[in-house]
Amino acid sequence: MSLDSDAVKNIAHLARIAVSEEDLQTYAKDLSNILDMVDQMNAVDVAGVERLSNALDQTQRLRADVVTESNQRDELQACAPQTEQGLFLVPRVIE
Amino acid sequence: MEFHQQTLTELSAALAAGETTSRALAEHFIARFKAFDGDLNTLVTETFEQALADADAADQRRASGQSLGPLDGLPFAHKDIFCTKGVKTTCGSKMLDNFISPYDATVVEKLKAAGMVCLGKTNMDEFAMGSSNETSYFGEVKNPWNHSKVPGGSSGGSAAAVGARLVPATTGTDTGGSIRQPAAFCGITGIKPTYGRVSRYGMIAFASSLDQAGVFAASAEDAALMLQAMSGFDERDSTSIERPVDDLVSGLGESIEGKTIGLPKQFFDDGLEVPVRNAVNKAIKVFKSLGAEVKGIDLPNIGLSVPVYYVVAPAEASANLSRFDGVRYGHRCDNPADLTDLYKRTRAEGFGDEVKRRIMMGTYALSSGYYDAYYIKAQKIRRLIRDDFLKAFEEVDLIAGPTTPGLPFGLGEQTDDPVTMYLNDIFTIGVNLAGLPGMSIPAGMEAGLPIGLQLVGKHFAEAELLNAAHQYQQKTDWHKQLPAAYQ
Amino acid sequence: MYGNWETVIGLEIHAQLSTQSKIFSGSSIAYGAEPNTQANAVDLALPGTLPVLNKEVMRLATRFGLAINATINKKSVFERKNYFYPDLPKGYQTSQLELPIVEHGELFITVNGEEKRIGVTRAHLEEDAGKSLHEDFDGCTGIDLNRAGTPLLEIVSEPELSSAAEAVAYMKKLHSLVQYIGICDGNMQEGSFRCDANVSVRPKGQKELGTRAEIKNINSFRFVEKAINHEIERQIELIEDGGEVVQETRLYDADKNETRSMRSKEEANDYRYFPCPDLLPVVIDDSFIDAVRDELPELPDAKKARFVCEFGLSAEDAGQLTASREMADYFEAVVAAGVDAKMAANWCNGELSAWLNKEEKGVADSPVSAAMLAGLCQRIADNTVSNKIAKEVFEAMWNGEGDADAVIDAKGLKQITDTGAIESMIDEILASNPGQVEQYRAGKEKVFGFFVGQVMKATQGKANPAQVNQILKQKLAG
Repeated sequence: MSLDSDAVKNIAHLARIAVSEEDLQTYAKDLSNILDMVDQMNAVDVAGVERLSNALDQTQRLRADVVTESNQRDELQACAPQTEQGLFLVPRVIE
Repeated sequence: MEFHQQTLTELSAALAAGETTSRALAEHFIARFKAFDGDLNTLVTETFEQALADADAADQRRASGQSLGPLDGLPFAHKDIFCTKGVKTTCGSKMLDNFISPYDATVVEKLKAAGMVCLGKTNMDEFAMGSSNETSYFGEVKNPWNHSKVPGGSSGGSAAAVGARLVPATTGTDTGGSIRQPAAFCGITGIKPTYGRVSRYGMIAFASSLDQAGVFAASAEDAALMLQAMSGFDERDSTSIERPVDDLVSGLGESIEGKTIGLPKQFFDDGLEVPVRNAVNKAIKVFKSLGAEVKGIDLPNIGLSVPVYYVVAPAEASANLSRFDGVRYGHRCDNPADLTDLYKRTRAEGFGDEVKRRIMMGTYALSSGYYDAYYIKAQKIRRLIRDDFLKAFEEVDLIAGPTTPGLPFGLGEQTDDPVTMYLNDIFTIGVNLAGLPGMSIPAGMEAGLPIGLQLVGKHFAEAELLNAAHQYQQKTDWHKQLPAAYQ
Repeated sequence: MYGNWETVIGLEIHAQLSTQSKIFSGSSIAYGAEPNTQANAVDLALPGTLPVLNKEVMRLATRFGLAINATINKKSVFERKNYFYPDLPKGYQTSQLELPIVEHGELFITVNGEEKRIGVTRAHLEEDAGKSLHEDFDGCTGIDLNRAGTPLLEIVSEPELSSAAEAVAYMKKLHSLVQYIGICDGNMQEGSFRCDANVSVRPKGQKELGTRAEIKNINSFRFVEKAINHEIERQIELIEDGGEVVQETRLYDADKNETRSMRSKEEANDYRYFPCPDLLPVVIDDSFIDAVRDELPELPDAKKARFVCEFGLSAEDAGQLTASREMADYFEAVVAAGVDAKMAANWCNGELSAWLNKEEKGVADSPVSAAMLAGLCQRIADNTVSNKIAKEVFEAMWNGEGDADAVIDAKGLKQITDTGAIESMIDEILASNPGQVEQYRAGKEKVFGFFVGQVMKATQGKANPAQVNQILKQKLAG
């Protein structure tokens, strides 16, 4: 399976990672190689096989509906790049 | 004997007998880091000052008869993937180079509660993606047996630190082999428990359905001690298993006579290097001499482990790493022009190449038009691989085989082609896909480089696994070997 | 309404579930807290944090499913919906796609007296995002993550609504139902109940659906109708002018009464849904569902039917009373205190509702309690006051002047029922108005009203009307 630069461009955009024009080619090559390896999956017939998400077939435990947390804003915002009046700041978003 | 020539178990006994102090131990191993780590680069962050304070506290507890147990006051280090409160937690990445975690991972809490003394955070492949510790933002780690070789990855720092006995034990994580492979490469014992046995809360996520925390130590006995303290149900982790932890220690001495060990025929094909094959065969003979029966087993779909893994793991990782966006913590690019620029440049700057590659691979595998052919298909084959193991375990108690296809390779030798690097995990990945517990124990040497034997158990059979490993280690002394430079 | 055109509307409603804590963390979901004071490590998506599912969320979703006769999926799966936005800390929203908790339900609406069944395709659980504040930050947007992680039930109708009026009826019915069964407080100002409408048009009789536009975040019933009608007209005009409707998201501007395209959401998003590996398939069994079923209150339609049957009320009266559970309960409390059902219904649907609407209060905040109203009704029934005077009393009770007896006493509003007194009053009036008496006796029956009015004036309305009528008739008859 082969990917070209345009495909990589789209993927990089979906993943919000800036990739320079030169690097697009390199990623295209590397990803194509990985996909070639992954294409070995085509050898197997999986008709009738169910997907496996969790190796131990566990099911979800339910938690009691209780408030267990208190205000931790100062502690948790200590590592924030930019805050003001308790809000996280990002460049203006236009809706 | 010097402290670094003793096992964790022996050091624990020495403390209990009053033959030494935690302070003395901490000082000794701190000195070893200072002497050797400039070269090996196993630590990203040292916490020596805090360690000495913790050691003193442990000594005081012991003096007043309030010891927290066999691990109280023993020194170790955490893989830098575990969130440690008040201490930098980088996950080997520039993205988190400025991240001081505001909370402790459950594993960290548990080992603190046991009284262990943490000397620092170990180096690792960035976001646990790698098999050689060459993708770390903080530089490569050297193999203590040969500085021109890789220690393995992603837990390279943790493995090398124990390999060189800079510390008697470390924590690690294993998603596709990241404990077992570096344990093999560094000549030490490493264990990855059953999926869900140890809490993932506070362990920075790579591939959620595969990640599991474990231990590096000099012996199975040591590993058992630590794993015992780390294991257990955690209500903060939905994938944590509500099942009492077995006693991993008291049954170590039991005979393994009558146990059946399966050898997957797919593990012994032409791809296996001769020295590894020889070491594994010799190890099998030892098990036979211990009374175990050995038989061949068939894992028909195991050859697809690597393709399946390299769809499932990057897919989960691509979503797990979306939170690194420069908004609430971590790296942020300078002067973002707008929101899109903030995201794209922050992530381009913060992540290394391998991480970006895997995020893109995962994004692609989940994207519209490809989801069925890649992700869904991989999950179906995953079921087949797991079921192959379960079927085999109807006939055998344990599975044995090589941990790696070859000897530790050279630094820079495999960095050109990602796929070559991925094939290092060919024997270990299937175990993660099936959620089974696995170990690597030293089983030979070739050209001054260690070779590991892999043991795999049934779900929740950590005690059985450790028992078998311990019995092997009673009859062999590969695990007692230290590289000359670090003796 | 639109000539040769047919409208197809589907509604997606997000109802915030009335739990104490968030869907995946133990943070509070209480409204109005200071920014980021109800956002813990899990809500902020710190590295290493993990979700754990709130049991109450499953119970409330199941309760909703039972209330709309839907299938409750015993196994449901949470999936990650991946996209980047600053109010979405993980870079994905945990939602449900292929296996939602509830599927294939129905809701019955009444428009212009006709009942119509609207299918509810599905209802699934998901987490809410945080809030973005665009003012006051000098070229930046401020993000508050208190709301991030609040449990939402997304309720999706079949595209079976064919007019704005039907859409409003559906929305109102759903709004009432979720409050009825106690899963959502329905507070639209606070964002607990949000509506998106998918609108398309097609030539009458055409089977294929036209391209639809999505109108987002409509937060009042008034706006729903206006926004949808505006959008229908916009689409028809566009097509008739030779253009094509584009599949896009539009925002309704209430001030300008128009919808406009949302720039940022215009690009098609590939959400790359996949089952969340940090959460496991949720499996509930029959005993779980039965326990929820046992707690289900009497639903609005059943209650309405019972009111008609048990209390002999008209469908219209019963419908009005059962529109809200609080009103229905209030009514039943009044009846239980011994008041005639019809009288109770008249007062609840009449004076009480009028005052509540006037002051924009809910039944729970009525200053006149059910017991107080029952007391007033009893004073009407025992002739202490007339119906008309009772309205005065009601107003006084509403304004906190005490219960019925206290007010009647303080204001001296007791009805005059002393036959002798009424007789003498009537005698006086007849004596003072000989002309009108003659007119009446000559056949001008309308004059009767004049006399009644005079009696009421003289007694400040306190004369018992029935007695006045009877005695007056008697005396005028000669």
